[in-house]
Amino acid sequence: MLTVYGKSFQSRLLLGTAQYPSPSSLKQAVEASGAEIVTVSLRRESSRARTGQGFWGLIEEMDVRVLPNTAGCRTAREAVATAKMAREMFGTDWVKLEVIANDDTLQPDLYGLVEAAGELVADGFEVLPYTTEDLSAAERLVAAGCRMLMPWAAPIGSARGLINKDALRTLRAYFPDIPLIVDAGLGAPSHAAEVMELGYDGVLLNTAIAKAGDPVKMAEAFAKAVAAGRLAFEAGLIEPRDMAAPSTPVAGTPFFKIDQAS
Amino acid sequence: MKIVLNGEAFATDAVTLDELCARLGFAEAKIATAVNGNFVEAAKRPATPLAEADEIEIVAPRQGG
Repeated sequence: MLTVYGKSFQSRLLLGTAQYPSPSSLKQAVEASGAEIVTVSLRRESSRARTGQGFWGLIEEMDVRVLPNTAGCRTAREAVATAKMAREMFGTDWVKLEVIANDDTLQPDLYGLVEAAGELVADGFEVLPYTTEDLSAAERLVAAGCRMLMPWAAPIGSARGLINKDALRTLRAYFPDIPLIVDAGLGAPSHAAEVMELGYDGVLLNTAIAKAGDPVKMAEAFAKAVAAGRLAFEAGLIEPRDMAAPSTPVAGTPFFKIDQAS
Repeated sequence: MKIVLNGEAFATDAVTLDELCARLGFAEAKIATAVNGNFVEAAKRPATPLAEADEIEIVAPRQGG
């Protein structure tokens, strides 16, 4: 069971809602994934197209909790104003806080992120910060009042998987009691399983499912990978070793003679 | 009066933010607003006057990652 800010969920997979080939494929993929939390954004509304009104109707049909993001914000000030608009519109104190530093890497501006997080926590928000795997930034975010963290695995949409697995393992070791969800950079279900095997609490992804040849099937694949990775973590993985170790008993091997042993 | 609405030049005689939203057909819509970079809650739109060159943002739910 995943617990974030006092709310518990059966599924440890969180889904983004963007880039799907159609509204119905989004809806079916969310259902196939079993996700109970989906991310949404705010964008400028045209009085002619009224795009947002239709999208909201679709989200309301799903039995999911909405996690609004501040995607695209470049400063703490923009992110704070966007979070406040989101809180009113979606009726939730949760915000997936993003302050973006660079268009090519979409990496978080950690300084702006910490600043915005502190301001939002003081205003009653429950902040889910999109951060890097950097330990010092994580410590600052926790000191600012974040009670969970969402480090990336790799840049958003890059599908590269865990490019700094050691640092993700370090974060887990440093924050054993804080929910950690990897957000961004996963491409394959095996990446999600790897995250969960590290003992992470969950995985948030979007592109890997939305842009798959069959998003609904891929949603199911990720759901199974997340569940398998979690089971493996709970079961306790064996330690890797340098040399082989026979799994079949050595004692009683036929034709064995002691002088053949090396 | 000339304002900037969602990043584009816009002419309006609306006196308040609430009036502007209504004229755009957003009276009952699921939107949120900001003026000059600051969030303005729905309840305060009627008491928020518009001024020349104000930068208004009117946003709605959208797909996100």
